[in-house]
Amino acid sequence: MEREEIIEAIVEHRPGVLFRVSNLIRRRNFNIETITVGRVNHETARMTMTIKGEREIIDQVINQLSKLMEVIKVRKLNQKNTVKRELALIKVKVNDNLSRSDIIHCIDVFRGQVVDVSSKSLIAEITGTPDKINAFIQLLSSYGIKEVARTGITAMERDRKLGGS
Amino acid sequence: MEKVQRTWRRIVKLFEVNSIVEELTGAEALVKALIRERVEVIFGIPGGATIPIYDYLYDVDEIRHILVRHEQCAAHMADGYARASGKTGVCMATSGPGATNLVTGIATAYMDSTPIVAITGQVPTSMIGKDAFQETDIIGITASITKHNIQPVKPEEVPLAVRKAFYIASTSRPGPVLIDMPKDVQIKKGKISFEGEIRLHSLCSNPKVDEKKVESISRILLNAETPFILAGGGVIKANASRELMKISEFLRAPVATTFMGKGGFPENHELSLGPIGMHGTYAANRLIREADVLLAVGVRFSDRTTGETESFSSNLEIIHVDIDRAEINKNVRADHSLLTDVKTGLDMLYRKLRGIGSQKNRKKWVKRVSEMKENSERIQAPPIGKINPPRLLKLLRKLLPEKAIVTTEVGQNQAWAALYFKVYHPRTFITSGGLGTMGFGFPAALGAKVAKPNEPVVDIAGDGSFLMTCQELATSVREEIPVVVVIFNNRVLGMVAQWQRLFYGRRYSQVNLGETPDFVKLAKAFGAEGIRVETYEDFKEAVKEGLRNNVTTVLDVIISPEENVFPMVPPGKSLDDMITGG
Repeated sequence: MEREEIIEAIVEHRPGVLFRVSNLIRRRNFNIETITVGRVNHETARMTMTIKGEREIIDQVINQLSKLMEVIKVRKLNQKNTVKRELALIKVKVNDNLSRSDIIHCIDVFRGQVVDVSSKSLIAEITGTPDKINAFIQLLSSYGIKEVARTGITAMERDRKLGGS
Repeated sequence: MEKVQRTWRRIVKLFEVNSIVEELTGAEALVKALIRERVEVIFGIPGGATIPIYDYLYDVDEIRHILVRHEQCAAHMADGYARASGKTGVCMATSGPGATNLVTGIATAYMDSTPIVAITGQVPTSMIGKDAFQETDIIGITASITKHNIQPVKPEEVPLAVRKAFYIASTSRPGPVLIDMPKDVQIKKGKISFEGEIRLHSLCSNPKVDEKKVESISRILLNAETPFILAGGGVIKANASRELMKISEFLRAPVATTFMGKGGFPENHELSLGPIGMHGTYAANRLIREADVLLAVGVRFSDRTTGETESFSSNLEIIHVDIDRAEINKNVRADHSLLTDVKTGLDMLYRKLRGIGSQKNRKKWVKRVSEMKENSERIQAPPIGKINPPRLLKLLRKLLPEKAIVTTEVGQNQAWAALYFKVYHPRTFITSGGLGTMGFGFPAALGAKVAKPNEPVVDIAGDGSFLMTCQELATSVREEIPVVVVIFNNRVLGMVAQWQRLFYGRRYSQVNLGETPDFVKLAKAFGAEGIRVETYEDFKEAVKEGLRNNVTTVLDVIISPEENVFPMVPPGKSLDDMITGG
């Protein structure tokens, strides 16, 4: 059965590592839906990838990833027990003062922030689950969206089990 | 099923020697590090980007350099050397075309898990990425056909890069590692120390085996009515032939091998079935259907071994023992698995089996095995030409000492050799099992001969394959590496022709090679010996002469282009669909 999985990898922080990881995933013809990479300390980085595919094949890819010398640890996250967050910057058209205050109200409701304002647009920043961001973008689309920049999911498993995300 | 989610790995300390800091160039550091790794021989060709290394090698006595005529063959020779000796083979090429010519050889070693270290020259670091003369991104190109590759950017990094390369190539599941040496790194001096440690996260030389699993697997084996063992290349790599035989004899379980596993179990043993799969023996392909439990050791269930996988595993309880966790459940679903070095795994199983002791009576099963082996001998395709390849190979077996090393090319020659040339010892049958590289056998034979100069080495070849790497006759003559090449000369690309004959209505598209070259004259032109063979009598004399000669001897054995290799399982079909031709 095809489903979306989140893979977390702790890797060495050096040139070429992202290439090796993505090259292995490419070989199985998977599209990486989202990927975030960030440094953990001066030696290691953390990669969070979401991939859609058959469970068995994703498990196999994880096994193959674990054989890369630069990969310190790799695993599939248990999504029921994982905190998922994404950050998005959205540039929205502003036609007049009335719509501006409407938009700012929406941003408040979603606990976002206005990070830049100009006469014809404003930039909203929002973090949350991908679903929340989708809903937010949909809401703002009626005002006219000029640009969207999404980071892709970063995620972390909880130590104790909880329901939902 | 093996749990796959969490894979924390140990950190391995590698390198703790008291060493003085010396002022050396990167090239000197490289060669000194190779000497520390006890490298005896390098197969290679110099070029613009490796001259500094060759300049230093000029004065080095510890390492023999064998000058090859094409880089692909340098990699194949290193590969043959490694397979015959169990040591790590080393090959070297310059940047650009030198490096890309290595690629087929590296991929061959990767598919068959052979430990080789390939060293390539590279343009100076300041020129990388600028499309400089003879620049190629060999790190990028070989990323998916090496276990690892490294490009030191300072001379100080060279000793650890070499240590790392050899450690990775030979540890756990072996494989090729490439070191890419930019020219300025070779020339620059640095304060070089041969001391340090490397942390390797992803390599576990011997994972811990779960005792409970060993016990439960042992009970399954003991209770099996008709246990069957499938042995792969892992048995040979782990030097586990003895352990395999103990288990087989204890359980009275027949052993079939993959092409890579051939030699892991003596083929004159009463429980040996020979190879299984597309070109497996009648006995092996039939008996696996009668087995209830399969013990698969050091195998990766290649499609050439299993045929169509669903029918392969139906009604079969599969136990998979392998060192590579990525192989478990990859091609065939294993009901039970032991993630371990094959030698350790088999040894633990054997002790547990003996400890528990009582098992099913398998007299009937053993009788059935010997019955099927007899049938196997009887079923044979009718001879077509004057010389029948299976018969010739049986004759060759009689003419060669037990421990002689045989390599093969790829195609009909390979399948005939696997089926009809019996092998009694590990590391004496060398073939390109995974990648199926035509032209592999001859350079691999030269590499094997360098590793084992006292054993006769014979390459079983086809005319198509041999022509792909025959320029190494020059290497063999000049470097005094005498081997015997037996060419099954049918003037066609035989295996493709066979498929066209059987599955494409005899539409022989682009397989006819014609009467050129004259292989006897070709051999002589290189200063080697060439003999034409048209009868079995000729063959006997020619082999004897070849073994006596101190130059390479090419036997041009004329066979019919209509010959087929049987038995054969059509591609994508079940082992049940075997065509015997008899």
